[in-house]
Amino acid sequence: MGVLVDQFPLFLNGFLGTVRICLFAAIGSLVFGTLIAAFRVSPLPPLRWLGSAWVTGFRNCPLAVVLFGFAFGLPEVGIGAPFEVFGIIGLTAYTSAFVCEAVRAGINSVATGQAEAARAVGLTFQQTLGNVVLPQALRSVVPPLGSVIIAMIKNSAIVGAFGVGGELFSVEGTLTAQGYPALVSLTGVALGYLVLTIPAGVLLGVVERRVAVKR
Amino acid sequence: MAAMIKMSGVDKHFGDLHVLKNINLEVQSGQVVIVLGPSGSGKSTLCRTVNRLEPVDNGEIEVDGQLLPAEGKALAGLRADVGMVFQSFNLFAHKTIRENVTLGPIKVRKMSKADAEDRAMKLLERVGIADQADKYPAQLSGGQQQRAAIARALAMQPKVMMFDEPTSALDPEMVQEVLDVMTALAKDGMTMLVITHEMGFARRAANRVVFMSEGEIVEDATPDDFFTNPRSARAKDFLGKILTH
Repeated sequence: MGVLVDQFPLFLNGFLGTVRICLFAAIGSLVFGTLIAAFRVSPLPPLRWLGSAWVTGFRNCPLAVVLFGFAFGLPEVGIGAPFEVFGIIGLTAYTSAFVCEAVRAGINSVATGQAEAARAVGLTFQQTLGNVVLPQALRSVVPPLGSVIIAMIKNSAIVGAFGVGGELFSVEGTLTAQGYPALVSLTGVALGYLVLTIPAGVLLGVVERRVAVKR
Repeated sequence: MAAMIKMSGVDKHFGDLHVLKNINLEVQSGQVVIVLGPSGSGKSTLCRTVNRLEPVDNGEIEVDGQLLPAEGKALAGLRADVGMVFQSFNLFAHKTIRENVTLGPIKVRKMSKADAEDRAMKLLERVGIADQADKYPAQLSGGQQQRAAIARALAMQPKVMMFDEPTSALDPEMVQEVLDVMTALAKDGMTMLVITHEMGFARRAANRVVFMSEGEIVEDATPDDFFTNPRSARAKDFLGKILTH
């Protein structure tokens, strides 16, 4: 178990790398997923098609394939970036599909009368969505979104497995290659993920109570 | 007098169901028109086509001389001029009563928050629930919620108000407080299209009664005429059922 102490800086570096990747991907996928959800309920058919295509594509492909696609595809079209950025983009795109569906379920759970009243007052589609429907939808959507984000934190390990390096999961490979016992390294890695995911779950519980509809 | 609402040759289907059949109806400025009819006769749908919450298959609808625009900004602008009160209130559940009343004026009329709140408080005063301004809809009784909904619609300074069975979801003891507000509005000269089963209100406040059955307008008469001397068999049958219980 000494490796956990001896190699703490390496674990910490990996942990911070994972935090960095997850932070960007979480913000990106929440914003983008909500936008795609808005597309999917839009009165404009082309936006609805775009939203459906996005979700169908990214929800149904394995994350590894999505990551490969971005890592090899973007340079093909002349977009160069560090591998970690490709990883974040891939993870964001993949997760946004799940965020979208969770948000859309929330939108559908808001009584239709709410949107009708907003339209009757003269609000436009965007105003209705932004001022009346989404604020209510997002409240009921905190628990499923929490699951999506926790899954995303764990999925970030696949980004590491692609040799991005500098994130938590890849620490195990590095140490095993140096002759440390794999199980011990993996225990350290697992602890690192739990330090992220368990507080994330607790935090989401707090958010859920904070935004609960007053009745 | 100019027609505030003018429907000509309006047809509407829900699938195979023909819910509005060649509807021709004018509501003159300043008039209070009551729409009566059995459940499923198309009253609500008629009301909802006027601000295009339900699009129509055929025919034309004009509000204040302006043809109803298709979806988009122009339609939103027209809806702002047509106040609507729903059977189930539909107050914004996540906003206080005050915020419910100020949202439209701020977002649609681009009023300042202070002006909008000023107007909101005057309207809430007028419908008698100023002391409830900071509560959420679910904390109010049905009658209070419906009066808040009326204030929300009035805050847009609409040219016409539509009421879709405004008292049908209320406990009996709360019906009167809502009808009082509506009666006062009618006295102030508001143009109103009201779907209701409240015969007392119809007699007291209405200029005209329109009777619908199976998607058609069957009678269009003064309240006195309609209640004392209904011409069609369907209207006689309907009145017989509601007046004898």
